[in-house]
Amino acid sequence: MEKWENNKAWFLVLPVFIIVAFSSILPIMTVVNYSIQDIWGPGQSIFVGTEWYEEMLADHRLHDALWRQFLFSGLVLLIEMPLGILLALAMPKRGWGVSASLVTMSLPLLIPWNTIGTIWIIFTRPDIGLFGAAVNQLVEFDHTARPLDAWITLMLMEVWHWTPLVTLLAYAGLRAIPEAYYQAAKIDGASTWSTFWYIQLPKMRGVLTIAFLLRFMDSFLIYAEPFVLTGGGPGNSTTFLSIYLVKIALLQFDLGPGGAFSLIYFVIVLLFSYMFYQALQRVGKGEKV
Amino acid sequence: MAQIALKEIAHSYIANPKDESDYALKRIHSEWEDGGAYALLGPSGCGKTTLLNVISGLLTPSQGRVFYDGNDVTGLPPEKRNIAQVFQFPVLYDTMSVFNNLAFPLRNRGIQESEVKKRVLEVAEILELTPFLKKRAAGLTADAKQKISLGRGLVRSDVAAILFDEPLTVIDPHLKWHLRRKLKEVHDQLKLTLIYVTHDQVEALTFADQVMVMYEGELVQSGTPQELYESPQHKFVGFFIGSPGMNFLTCTLEGNTARVDGAGIMLDDEVAALGQKAQGKLELGIRPMFLEVHAQSVEGSIPARVKAVADQGSFKILTIDLAGHTLRARLTEGQAVPQNEAWLRFPTRWTKLFAGGRLVSK
Repeated sequence: MEKWENNKAWFLVLPVFIIVAFSSILPIMTVVNYSIQDIWGPGQSIFVGTEWYEEMLADHRLHDALWRQFLFSGLVLLIEMPLGILLALAMPKRGWGVSASLVTMSLPLLIPWNTIGTIWIIFTRPDIGLFGAAVNQLVEFDHTARPLDAWITLMLMEVWHWTPLVTLLAYAGLRAIPEAYYQAAKIDGASTWSTFWYIQLPKMRGVLTIAFLLRFMDSFLIYAEPFVLTGGGPGNSTTFLSIYLVKIALLQFDLGPGGAFSLIYFVIVLLFSYMFYQALQRVGKGEKV
Repeated sequence: MAQIALKEIAHSYIANPKDESDYALKRIHSEWEDGGAYALLGPSGCGKTTLLNVISGLLTPSQGRVFYDGNDVTGLPPEKRNIAQVFQFPVLYDTMSVFNNLAFPLRNRGIQESEVKKRVLEVAEILELTPFLKKRAAGLTADAKQKISLGRGLVRSDVAAILFDEPLTVIDPHLKWHLRRKLKEVHDQLKLTLIYVTHDQVEALTFADQVMVMYEGELVQSGTPQELYESPQHKFVGFFIGSPGMNFLTCTLEGNTARVDGAGIMLDDEVAALGQKAQGKLELGIRPMFLEVHAQSVEGSIPARVKAVADQGSFKILTIDLAGHTLRARLTEGQAVPQNEAWLRFPTRWTKLFAGGRLVSK
């Protein structure tokens, strides 16, 4: 088919462009604007070029926060993906148990995020918290004083909060597999493990890719729960990128460094999401048999 | 390879079935010879797939026993029955290559890798899959995928029977013929027992030596395609097989004459005598092909009116009105087509009597 030039077609893209402009381009450009200026009062600013970027990239507290963030997201994915799949496999397939387990699974997802932080503060308090008091009978445990305890508490909270999302997605994927696949596997004499590895897992690929990306992005951007639970402490042991960013931009009101930091943060999330997506797509297309 | 026997099989999907209608299968009693090609034919929802799953062991029947070569296998799961099944749509292990797909049932049974390779290459050769062996199964066309599903059954040297559950549903029409021929070839070459479930009479009649017709959970007739066509044992067989299906006329008996709203049709003496004693509604049945249509009155003919003529190429289908009943007749090319007025003759040999839906026969 022959193609022809018709520049009027650009008008059709215009409405979308306007919406995207207001929802993302303009806000981002504001941040870009901050990141290349030194602002010390209304109307008082000076162009500084890439100075803030250089400063932030060299900031060792940002490096520490970044490694903490990778460790956190890595642990989240390592624990939540397999656990979510396992739970989905264990969920009932018919009868009243289906609705019961679906509702139970969804509960943590329905609670506002800062409330979750509050719940876990109380839950893990050594004096009155059910969990905190119980554990303190055996070993000393205090997330406000010991970095390891703070991490354990955060991970517990995160896994409790978000594993259900992986479970629900995996469960939907499992339910979508036609019965004939299981029947064929039975006839072929496949073990439970091979059925999982060659049928269930490949068939869940689509939903698991979504679960993986969502869990990566959300955990990489996590703010409300650790802010409420630990406030970044003790010391800086749970200061993730978002917590450090808020400290710079809103508490110290350093808009320039804050803007540069935000854009670096944005690029990192985008880059990793893109890489994961490409990798998962390749596995699916089977370029490695 | 094995001879399969079903003894008084009944199955209900409901926990406590109360009456007949709760059963998906009712009193199936049948024997399937070793090495036979069988088709299980019937409309959707008649219990074909249920019966197939009972044979393969995916389903344990509520009542009755299943025997392979005289051994009771009713309680055995599919993997212990040495059965293979090809499903309606291709069931493949997407992440594996074609070779690994074919090798999967053998490897699961712990067969030596050298033997696995030998078997897979043999079967790939028969099914013309050799060029694809290294490719991933997921990227192939529907007919190649269905051949792989079949191949997973064929690789097992001890396979007792291969069951097909409407395997050509997703195949393009021009490839259906090719795949059906391939199945025939495989059958002739390997002499396996094949059971083929379908609702397509053409598929059933061309594939099988023996066709079993199912209707509402019952096997109403089993026989060669010719037997099904010429002497349907049940009204449903007459109606379902043949295009158009058999003509049926409600009638009463007077001696050896069947009365259809005043018109008299001669019957076989013995059949008429049996019909007098039979229970249920009496009906005459005749295939459109065997109904004679004449332009003039001939001996034993009754007057009727031609309502429509449909030209089907090598034959014509006439829609005829006989005392308010609509009949269809099939006229071969070259036969004179009567306009308006016509005389029908019902050859005694092809005029069947049904009582309560079942054939009255000697």
